[in-house]
Amino acid sequence: MYEGAVQDLIDELGRLPGVGPKGAQRIAFHLLQADSDDVTRLVTALTEVKAKVRFCDLCGNVAQAERCRICADPRRDQTAICVVEEPKDVVAIERTREFRGTYHVLGGAISPIDGIGPDDLRVRELMTRLASGDVQEVIIATDPNLEGEATATYLSRLLRDIGVTVTRLASGLPVGGDLEYADEVTLGRAFEGRRRVDA
Amino acid sequence: MYVRHLTLKDFRSYPSAELALTQGVTTLVGLNGQGKTNLVEAVGYLATLGSHRVATDQPLVRFGAAQAIVRGAVVRDHRETMVELEITPGRANRARLGRSPVARPRDVLGTLRTVLFAPEDLSLVKGDPSERRRFLDDLLVQRQPRWSGVRSDYDKIVKQRNALLKSAASVLRKGRGAPRRPRPGDEPVDEARAAALHTLDVWNDHLATVGSQLLYARLRLLRDLVPDLAECYDAVSAASSNARATYRSSLHESLAARIGAGEVPDVDALRQGVLDTLAEVRATEIERGVSLVGPHRDDVVLSLGDLPAKGYASHGESWSFALGLKLAAYRLLRRDLGDDPVLVLDDVFAELDSGRRDRLAGLIADCEQVLITAAVGADVPDVLREQGMTYAVELGEVHPLTPQPVPSPSQPVPSPSAPREPNAVFGSESGGIPVSSETNAAFTSQVGEQEGEQEGEQDEGSGR
Repeated sequence: MYEGAVQDLIDELGRLPGVGPKGAQRIAFHLLQADSDDVTRLVTALTEVKAKVRFCDLCGNVAQAERCRICADPRRDQTAICVVEEPKDVVAIERTREFRGTYHVLGGAISPIDGIGPDDLRVRELMTRLASGDVQEVIIATDPNLEGEATATYLSRLLRDIGVTVTRLASGLPVGGDLEYADEVTLGRAFEGRRRVDA
Repeated sequence: MYVRHLTLKDFRSYPSAELALTQGVTTLVGLNGQGKTNLVEAVGYLATLGSHRVATDQPLVRFGAAQAIVRGAVVRDHRETMVELEITPGRANRARLGRSPVARPRDVLGTLRTVLFAPEDLSLVKGDPSERRRFLDDLLVQRQPRWSGVRSDYDKIVKQRNALLKSAASVLRKGRGAPRRPRPGDEPVDEARAAALHTLDVWNDHLATVGSQLLYARLRLLRDLVPDLAECYDAVSAASSNARATYRSSLHESLAARIGAGEVPDVDALRQGVLDTLAEVRATEIERGVSLVGPHRDDVVLSLGDLPAKGYASHGESWSFALGLKLAAYRLLRRDLGDDPVLVLDDVFAELDSGRRDRLAGLIADCEQVLITAAVGADVPDVLREQGMTYAVELGEVHPLTPQPVPSPSQPVPSPSAPREPNAVFGSESGGIPVSSETNAAFTSQVGEQEGEQEGEQDEGSGR
């Protein structure tokens, strides 16, 4: 145990995800030895993230204003919504530059073990967005694991009678990889989702 | 396939051990607690990444050591592959295939295949349904590794669904029973009910899809297994006892009856069956908060003639039944692979009468490699020990039991009290181990000569 402020800092750092007691100690002593300018910058960044960042009213992505950058962009296609679990999934899809529509961040996936049901996700907000009638396609891009699939099934049932096209991201082999390195589940999925080659 | 060499480091009671193995029968003899089973357990671990004795890895590592290493040279079709596993409790195991590390340990599955029969397997007959389900599922994974993914998916679905049933029970229950006086707060409850029911349907859907695949695979497996089971049981017990295994399904009666009669409905029929049954038991499930339908509630009923084996079969019969299941699994894998898995018989012979011992010996005579452990060497039929190596296991050390120099066949068998030569190669004494002297005399006619004259006499019992 260290005295007063040092131990407080270690305890606080230790509560962060991915940081254990040893790591917390290391970061704490690093901060002790760092320039006060560096520390001040970190403190400002921490304060600002709580003060300025909020969630987009429309899609639930992190934003600096009422609307996030993507929702506020008039060039984005408002007729297609891509539904993802987390803000970091938005960043991942944005990197592809393939998708020019808008997003909807659920904030997780259905997982009864963790006590997360549809009410804890931003499903109601999605339904409100669809009620306007402008949206033609909903692309469900939840994670391809059990909880993500359950969420996808739940959404597709919910959206079945609304009159929008509902699609689900394909799963299969990674591009640029070797077939022999694919695990059986992925390979099995790829077989299920095989396509006719139009010659 | 066979294991040519086994290396252990800090595994169980062994600080280190080197064991050269050959095709044919290898018998490990030693007093209780000397480490015989540890050796075959290591072989089993290489094949399945799990122990047949314990569920966690901690007991596998020698007390005081940080990690254990098991390495085996596996020969298949004259090609040798080195499999190495590093077991560190609390961390993911690391594996090597040949000289290079593999990304996931389960990539080494299939390099070595074993069928292991141990005293613990008696629970296949006498134990809970979960033991029999695990037997089927493990065998499925051995045949096709893909099933390991389906199996773990299914387990997760059941866990999630149970959690949902538990948490939703309070909300859903409000809808049943006497209607309450309407109050302003009622509407959200109805909405919550609708949402809870909606998600339950989603999980039903997943349970039915994955569960029906697993169920279908199990049924087909059992259909393939049963003829061999009857044959193997009869061959060991020299009777026609009509040993059978039927699947008891948790699905609704009409489908369960068809399945019990040995029919294998197609996946779609099973899926629909799961969904229909789920609809039937919905109220009960909500009441009790657990999933009551699906492969996780099923059982395999083992029977001898008209009577169920559980509760009616004697100890020896139960033992033979469990052995029959394992031998049937062995034949199934052999047919699948076009190659023999390694057969491990841990402490089996002591429990069998002499007739069964001899017939079992006949049944396994044509297996490519058999590893046998016994506390008393005399329990193992002579024909088996004559075929291969015998090792003495003492206090975590393994010594080959070497023969007297030049014991010519005409010479009388040396008496057990005759002094033994220290083992020149391993530089260790092999005296003091209670192994009968026939083993020593037999050693000269050992390894590799399975095509020899013994083969002909022993072949008949195996039914091939």
